[in-house]
Amino acid sequence: MINMERKIRILIAKPGLDGHDRGAKIVARALRDAGMEVIYTGLHQTPAMIVEAAIQEDVDVIGLSLLSGAHMTLFVDVADMLKEKGMEDVLLLGGGIIPEADIPKLHEKGIAGVFGPGTTTEDIVEFVKKNVK
Amino acid sequence: MINTLTSKALQGDQRSIAKLITIVENDTSDATDAMKQIHPHTGNAHVIGITGVMGCGKSTLIYELTKKYRKQGKTVGIIAIDPTSPFSGGALLGDRIRMMELAMDEGVFIRSMGTRGMLGGLTSSVYDVVEIMDASGKDIVLVETVGVGQAEVDIIKISDTTIVVVVPGLGDSIQTLKAGIMEIADIYVVNKADRQGVEQTVAEVQSLVEIECSNKERKTPIIETIAKESKHIDTLVETIDEHKQFLKETKKLEQQRRNRYESELVEIIRKKLMSYVFNEEKFKETIEDLLQKIRSKEIDPHTASELILKKIMKT
Repeated sequence: MINMERKIRILIAKPGLDGHDRGAKIVARALRDAGMEVIYTGLHQTPAMIVEAAIQEDVDVIGLSLLSGAHMTLFVDVADMLKEKGMEDVLLLGGGIIPEADIPKLHEKGIAGVFGPGTTTEDIVEFVKKNVK
Repeated sequence: MINTLTSKALQGDQRSIAKLITIVENDTSDATDAMKQIHPHTGNAHVIGITGVMGCGKSTLIYELTKKYRKQGKTVGIIAIDPTSPFSGGALLGDRIRMMELAMDEGVFIRSMGTRGMLGGLTSSVYDVVEIMDASGKDIVLVETVGVGQAEVDIIKISDTTIVVVVPGLGDSIQTLKAGIMEIADIYVVNKADRQGVEQTVAEVQSLVEIECSNKERKTPIIETIAKESKHIDTLVETIDEHKQFLKETKKLEQQRRNRYESELVEIIRKKLMSYVFNEEKFKETIEDLLQKIRSKEIDPHTASELILKKIMKT
């Protein structure tokens, strides 16, 4: 009747100079439909802006979307900044056109979930639900 | 832990403010302790509520106002509310998109919130969030409601200054909005004033103001803005200052703040009472039993609710 359960809050952001946000918006919708509060920040964000927004919104998860190929720089920058601020408890995810070979390297740098082409929205929802503490 | 969090939030630490907001939003057991420590430090911020139909430019206006206030050296807290889905319980909070340039400014704190089941254009924890931002030293707190229809007027319960935003091209709709949303404004903004039909919109609002304010000491001003081009935002800021001055001189501020606490009290009691009735084990059986009897027409909902109330008062 009255539901006071904790809601998962997630920030969806597009870092860098990539104008393709169809994928990010579809993921945002799927997460909303799974009962989460999704803060969408729009295009062309710097890693610093993303981390600052994550602080103010006190999110459990950050999802980065990038199709330009700069993920090894931008995703890692966000991960490093989170570490710097002592925010390792925030679950960091990345999605986009990411070569298989890069995935282990991204994991190593602190990007807990990496989702390439062909990922279903269910996969992402499930991953978030399973990994948010 | 909650003590460290509140004392850091009172010093303006962004992360502690954010954590505290989460605590009051989820209404966890720490919420009461937190607000106990926050409340004595409140009362300094001027709270500005901004409401209007979907797409009228509320977020952009807030962005522009914030830039002006920052130039004056004032710090700003922003609460941006979007609707929670009644089906999934999720929400897509997108007001930040138009404000991201403010993200790196330490004098600005933006928080997006879902309505989480509340009607009226706000969310039930908004009172606490306003107090947290106020106590953390923000000079101005801007509250953006969801895109409203006609009757979402709760914003006046928390605002010192309520701004109602309208846009040209709504045709005769302003006439039909006579009751509700068009009664609550301290300032009207006609945004997108470069659009066709702006004269007519201003005239319609004007004629409403003439009727509404014929026996009031203050006539609600109407400001035309083009927020997207940063036009006439200065005038809006001046008008807000004038209203603030008016509230002080007429002692209306005191009255409004008293009303705010009253609404807040009602809201907190409502929440606590509802969760007491519907979440406590001891009432579960009674409620199920009564629901069954209502269905089989043995009893009516009014009598059932009286029985439940009697049971509460006995415990």
